[in-house]
Amino acid sequence: MKKIEAIIRKSKFDQVKEALHNVEVNFFSYWDVTGVGNEKEGHVYRGISYSTSEIQRRYLSIVVNDDFVQPTLDAIIKSAATDKVGDGKIFILPVEETYRIRTGEKGGKSLN
Amino acid sequence: MFLKTLLINPSLLIQDTAAIEGDMGMLWMLLSGILVFFMQAGFTLVESGMTSSKNAVNIAMKNLLDICVGSLTYWLVGYSLMYGDTTNGWFFWGGLFQGEGADLFFQTMFAATAATIVSGAIAGRTKFETYAIFTLVMTAVIYPIAGGWQWQGSGWLTNLGFIDFAGSSIVHGVGGFAALVAAYMVGPRIGKYVNGETVPMPGHNQIIATLGVFILWLGWFGFNGGSQLAWGGDDAVGASTVVLVTNLAAAAGALGALITSWLYLKKSNLSMSLNGALAGLVSITAGCGNMTAGGAVMAGLIGGIIVVFSIEFIEKKLKIDDAIGAVSVHGIAGFWGTIVIGLWGVDGDTGIGLFNGGGASQFIAQLTGAVAYMVWAIVLSFIVFSALKYTIGLRVTEEEEIRGLDISEHGSIAYPGKRDRE
Repeated sequence: MKKIEAIIRKSKFDQVKEALHNVEVNFFSYWDVTGVGNEKEGHVYRGISYSTSEIQRRYLSIVVNDDFVQPTLDAIIKSAATDKVGDGKIFILPVEETYRIRTGEKGGKSLN
Repeated sequence: MFLKTLLINPSLLIQDTAAIEGDMGMLWMLLSGILVFFMQAGFTLVESGMTSSKNAVNIAMKNLLDICVGSLTYWLVGYSLMYGDTTNGWFFWGGLFQGEGADLFFQTMFAATAATIVSGAIAGRTKFETYAIFTLVMTAVIYPIAGGWQWQGSGWLTNLGFIDFAGSSIVHGVGGFAALVAAYMVGPRIGKYVNGETVPMPGHNQIIATLGVFILWLGWFGFNGGSQLAWGGDDAVGASTVVLVTNLAAAAGALGALITSWLYLKKSNLSMSLNGALAGLVSITAGCGNMTAGGAVMAGLIGGIIVVFSIEFIEKKLKIDDAIGAVSVHGIAGFWGTIVIGLWGVDGDTGIGLFNGGGASQFIAQLTGAVAYMVWAIVLSFIVFSALKYTIGLRVTEEEEIRGLDISEHGSIAYPGKRDRE
């Protein structure tokens, strides 16, 4: 089992969610984050322009069985890319164990 | 010399309906105009509260713009187009820069109200320049000509016996139906209608929306009360009654929508109830000088019930994306508020409606006016938006829309600290 963490553009979220559903990945958590990176955003306040590298993104945390890792990666990369600086990153981490709280099941079954 | 003649002194204007008697009358007009001005704040809060936070600055800009543009264009040409002394009964004119003092101030605020109705319906995807030009045309031409038909004193609707005390049709109907055309022609927000489904796009702050409605309710006491256009003796009693029935209709409208949403949508819903209060206010705006207290309550109540169904119908069946229900609250309720006078309105103690012994003549006059204003608003808006569509365009780009108009159009965001809002 692996955890896939993806930082994506907020505007791409609906597309990514749909792409994940299409590869049977229906369980994940997400939250909005602010971060720094290569993309810069221009603002104007009281006549003064300034650019900030503080950007808004959405952070997805997806735990999947090993055989779902590649399809998930492909789905995210395909749906979240815009070819512009600032599309985001994906990290893969190993997961030791998973449980379903309601029934107490553990392992791969609990991810279905 | 020519310029001097253009800047004619106002005594050349016929203004039967705008004569302000004495100091008290002028005071009442000023105070009422000040209250109506504050409705701009109300609209800003309602519109931004009921839409996405990423467009809040844009809403604020549009609302700031329409009072500013409206104040200047109405001073330049609007007042003249509405109260000028030509005698054909349809189009008035009295030269540039007409009107002065409390009278011009009061009337300017009405023009700005008609214009600001449109900004809410098309929130979130409309180009700022496009809205600016439309506001200019609305306050300079569309609204004043409409107003003249009834309020100049010798307009064709006045001669038909049409009654619209403070503008259910003239202000709210015209604004609401213009909003309908605007929302239709600009098109829905991205993500509103997906695979045949209507996607709810909730506002970001229902508390400021509520505050906005309370401010509008407050301002409406000036909107309706000030339309008495005088104070003292019978006029003081009249204006007081107007303010009273305005409150009754608003309360009834809110409750009507609240109960309707409870029964029909399974939960008592805040934003529907708020729209109900506004619909109640719009519903009494034409008849506030011609309704008994009971009649006002019924008018407001039915307006509040209608608005729930109207919002659902326009959003889900017609699939026109009216971001805040402006078409229903102002256009549909405005139409209702106009014709209800023909159903149970009174003139002093005499019933003038179909259901209280007045026969059909008032009803026909009311229907004629309501339809005339609806058609005027739709046709003129269609012309203006078509011209804009084929010149500068109506919508922002897809990317600008998704990022939010605050950043795209104005380069700043409404809530820099807190960013995880809807």
